[in-house]
Amino acid sequence: MSRAEPLQRTPLHERHVALGGRMVEFGGWELPVQYRGIAEEHRAVRSDVGIFDVSHMGEIEVHGADALAFLQWVLTRDVATLDVGQSGYALICQPDGGIVDDVFVYHLADRWLVVVNAANSARDLAWFRQHAAGFAVTITDRSPQTALVALQGPRAAALLAGLAPELAALPYHGVAAGRLAGVGDLLAARTGYTGEDGFEIFCAADDAGAVWDRLLAAGATPCGLGARDSLRFEACLALYGHEIDAHVNPFEARLGWVVQLDKGDFIGRAALQAIKAAGAARRLVGFAMVERGIARGGYAVQAIDGSPLGHVTSGMPALTVGGHLGMALLASSAAVPGATFDVVIRERPVRAAAMRMPFYSSRRRQARD
Amino acid sequence: MSFTNPPELRYARSHEWVHIDGDIATVGITDYAQHALGEVVYVDLPDVGSHFAIDAIYGAVESVKAASDLYAPVGGDVLAVNQTLFDAPEQINNAPYEAGWMLKLRITALNAELLDAAAYAQYCAELAH
Repeated sequence: MSRAEPLQRTPLHERHVALGGRMVEFGGWELPVQYRGIAEEHRAVRSDVGIFDVSHMGEIEVHGADALAFLQWVLTRDVATLDVGQSGYALICQPDGGIVDDVFVYHLADRWLVVVNAANSARDLAWFRQHAAGFAVTITDRSPQTALVALQGPRAAALLAGLAPELAALPYHGVAAGRLAGVGDLLAARTGYTGEDGFEIFCAADDAGAVWDRLLAAGATPCGLGARDSLRFEACLALYGHEIDAHVNPFEARLGWVVQLDKGDFIGRAALQAIKAAGAARRLVGFAMVERGIARGGYAVQAIDGSPLGHVTSGMPALTVGGHLGMALLASSAAVPGATFDVVIRERPVRAAAMRMPFYSSRRRQARD
Repeated sequence: MSFTNPPELRYARSHEWVHIDGDIATVGITDYAQHALGEVVYVDLPDVGSHFAIDAIYGAVESVKAASDLYAPVGGDVLAVNQTLFDAPEQINNAPYEAGWMLKLRITALNAELLDAAAYAQYCAELAH
């Protein structure tokens, strides 16, 4: 993608550079891909606690008398089930059912907050405004003045308990205003994108440094985008542009659980109803490489006889569970337990076998321990 | 950031190094390359007996995040492959010019475009800007 405008920087940019972060471009932003190393940062989040600067994410605020009705219209999920103080995953779909973006919705006391992918932020904002006609809502882009820091890992709650006990006590997907590091007006939610317990902390851009420094001083390991990707991959959390995009519908991506067809009308409902009734033509399939090789996003997948089945959406070594794993969008006929197929790696078919998703689950690990 | 570039080696702009001893070339990737890749987790190398022209892709080296093609810095026939890298690809990070060697080739075509250590160091410095 060629880009005329310079890369955007988060309020924590100087800290990343000082920590030795290797800065790369992501979604129009300059962010650290790693500090000490992806494997080490990945391990810190699985076994201890890590901290990520995710200030590039977009924050769209929705308030007004029709805020709930508007969100019900533009999102596939029944957000009426989210009480004040709760948050949840949701999708924005096109009329044809293709996914515009995947988002997290927070129900606050006097407004709603929708957190969107950085690269889609401008388009989502335009989409919301375009579809707001007839609704008594005010839609405000809070991204420029908002920083977002994610504290993730089994020790996240214990670390936060020492700094902000009322926030550390939040329930799963709970959201509340609070105070941390002398910053009085921040917002924390028990959410994340790593497959671990953790918190995401929103604050004013000017306060981000204080929050970051305090969490770092309390022992959190700084982690870059590389570990963010390897962690979300193991947990089989979708990444826009990989598992999902405008040409993929929620049923193909195994995200039917955030589509509530019976909640009333919404953008994409008719198409999604038809897709669900007919059955999705493709399905997201988890797999493990059986032969030597690493599947990467974009690689072709074919049946053993060489006929095309689809493509890999993400693939890499799974740093906690082991093995070279991947997710692929395949013809539904191939999306069956025990299926084997070939991933075409550098023009050579390399054998892979379907594997249950998610590859990693912290709840499964706790059950085993 | 400064990188090690042994003076006895020659360097390709695609960041492979080559040690030439008579008609035998030993090939690997440079300190700059291993640093840019990050932790190497996988390497794909050709079979003994394969032939590669100058700049032909002879394999790939992969980090957690990405796969990068490897380019033959000279033309030649593969005499030996460093099998230890299959189980210990981190040798490419830890010792790119020693235990991290990848191929030995019988040279069939020398490459006039290769750089000496000083010119390669300058080339890497320019890439950083």
